[in-house]
Amino acid sequence: MSRAPLVIEHARLVDPESGYDGPGAILIVGDEIADVVHQAQAPGAPTEARTIDADGNMVCPGLVDLRVKTGEPGAEPKETLKSALRAAAAGGVTTLVVMPDTDPPVDDPAVVDFILRRARDIGLGRVIPAGAATKGLQGKALAEIGLMHDAGCAFVCDADRPIVDSRVMRRVMAYAGGLGVMVAHRPSDPWLSDGAAAHESEFAGRLGLAGAPAAAETIMLERDLALLDLVKDSGARLLADQISAEASLPSLARAKDRNLPLLATVSINHLTFNEFDIGDYRTFWKLTPPLRGESDRAALVEALATGLIDIIVSAHAPAPAEDKRLPFQEATPGSIGLETLLSALLTLYHEGHAPLTRLIGAASLAPARALGKPFGRLARGAPADLIVVDLDAPRIIDAQALASKSKNSAFDGRRLQGQVLTTLAEGEIIYESECRG
Amino acid sequence: MSSGNPLDPPDFDDLRHLAQPFPRRHLLSVLDLDPLQVAALLDLADRFVVLNRQAKKKVDLLKGRTLINIFFEASTRTQSSFELAGKRLGADVVNMSPRTSSITKGETLVDTAVTLNAMQPDILVIRHAASGAASLLSQKVGCSVVNAGDGAHEHPSQALLDALSLRRAFGRLDGLTVAICGDILHSRVARSNVALLTMMGARVRVVGPPTLMPAQVARWGVEVSHDLREGIAGADVVMMLRLQFERMQGALAPSLREYFRLYGLDREKLAAAAPHVRVMHPGPMNRGVEIDSDVADDLEVSLIQDQVEMGVAMRMAILASLAARLDNR
Repeated sequence: MSRAPLVIEHARLVDPESGYDGPGAILIVGDEIADVVHQAQAPGAPTEARTIDADGNMVCPGLVDLRVKTGEPGAEPKETLKSALRAAAAGGVTTLVVMPDTDPPVDDPAVVDFILRRARDIGLGRVIPAGAATKGLQGKALAEIGLMHDAGCAFVCDADRPIVDSRVMRRVMAYAGGLGVMVAHRPSDPWLSDGAAAHESEFAGRLGLAGAPAAAETIMLERDLALLDLVKDSGARLLADQISAEASLPSLARAKDRNLPLLATVSINHLTFNEFDIGDYRTFWKLTPPLRGESDRAALVEALATGLIDIIVSAHAPAPAEDKRLPFQEATPGSIGLETLLSALLTLYHEGHAPLTRLIGAASLAPARALGKPFGRLARGAPADLIVVDLDAPRIIDAQALASKSKNSAFDGRRLQGQVLTTLAEGEIIYESECRG
Repeated sequence: MSSGNPLDPPDFDDLRHLAQPFPRRHLLSVLDLDPLQVAALLDLADRFVVLNRQAKKKVDLLKGRTLINIFFEASTRTQSSFELAGKRLGADVVNMSPRTSSITKGETLVDTAVTLNAMQPDILVIRHAASGAASLLSQKVGCSVVNAGDGAHEHPSQALLDALSLRRAFGRLDGLTVAICGDILHSRVARSNVALLTMMGARVRVVGPPTLMPAQVARWGVEVSHDLREGIAGADVVMMLRLQFERMQGALAPSLREYFRLYGLDREKLAAAAPHVRVMHPGPMNRGVEIDSDVADDLEVSLIQDQVEMGVAMRMAILASLAARLDNR
């Protein structure tokens, strides 16, 4: 609290909460936003205040990423909390929800507490662990959802593992709902997607790769929505994690029309790439769910623009070279994404798919609200998690230059537009780009 | 022996000039070739067929070259075919079977590639259970890579030898109707043959139960049939694929006897094909499962023995052509 107040002036403020996109300035005192001015001049700041001249660049809330994997605890060579937080800060992500599929898994309040304390010590932004929905992520018995909630977990989920047993899923949703805890689930029928390395299509067939059909997703999504309807009186809330297929969108639309307590996410990968990016068996594009057809990608972008899909995630999944330099079907799926999320999202803006407030909101305000947290806003009293962004700066992604310990970026070599200049978390500057100044 | 003796083998020195440099460093897929290049390779292979029928079968087109066969999946036919092809061309041939040797304990395919590469081979022939394995290997080595089968993806030398057998039997590929029957889904032979035969102007049908068909197979430029008699009706060629027994456990087909009844080739079903029909099989055969011995062993109908003979000649043509490219550089 001994920090001098900070003024960010000459900014283009983008606030997803109010929908404001225009000139302005922000006063930060301590770790909070003390004032927001929607005009060209600076707010009345104390004389000792430091000043950042945003020089017309965008200032918006720091991003909130609901789906991040690190290797800590248990697989630190892949990624540590520290390396993930460095990547996040450089990518403008100020809050990370980390997945529970660590070793040991986050199915115990002590592990929740461990991760929270580790992140606090590092001090490069917020980390909130998601707790396991079932013990050992086995999909059989309820994990200690209440105790993990008290310890501060974000929500519960079994990461990439589908909760196959419908009775267990019903109980998880009802029990967590009674405690006010959201359940995240990536819908995937385990039998239809058994052994799959790609999207089931003509293309994968020609490559000789086993594929998961879109129906693997829609079948499980419909089950989850039916169960949600069954237990909604308990207070249950469902986060449909990483929708990848156009065929799933009507299911989401019907459920939302009926006001089921449902939110849906999509990964930036599925908004950017399609199945053909696999090309000649390039394993950085092996993802779960798999990259699907171009019509799926286009439909997901449209669903994001209309709000049918609420939230964008990076689906950050570090995998070291030895897990990726393998034949396609043997390679570990996933791509890192914390450091490229914002640039990729801004590329969608430059392509004219959605307004800035919508795109930024889907990666800040919407996920913050899903967590019940006051982030994602440019408002008096809100936490000072802010980023200054050059919207137009061209950027060629070089995976080797990214901060993550693993370099498996699906964006390697990709030309994107938009670059983080400065990242503030809780009023503190945690990242400044070299190209700034 | 004097050189003027008419019983001496004909002179094969012209082979050195006939062997056109291969268009690419590797043979990973039949799509690496265009129809003219395929025809040139088949012409060259025809000459090797003549050579292979001589008592003295060696020419030194690959003299000083090292060929390493690395077969992660067991194979008798393909491996010995490449081995013979290499030896008849004068190369030093080494066979490695990673499953039984220690070189790949705990090693990844890429580690193995780097290890082998350090031995300075000129040509690596690889078979692996994963689709794309040959492509991955080719990116990590400095030599030429020949894909001898990668998962369910491709087996280009098999498609080329099948084309050679067919061209010799029918005098052409253009306009032939070829029915490929059985487990299309898991078959690299089917993928390579569909691509090569359609490229060369043949009409291709794929025949089998829907559970053994790849997604959207009709978009491969083939006709699709789920009835064997209908699928082979009027066909010039019936190409049977090997049924992998382990596939049967995944409920893709209910039993071997039902499979043979519906999709096994016997003389009675074969009557639906053209009168001059020829039957092929990439081997090894499951007699009584996908093909009846009565058909397989009828030399009037079966090209199966020809395929094995053509295999060596075709692989000699492939290796000679790859070596010609190496010589040029």
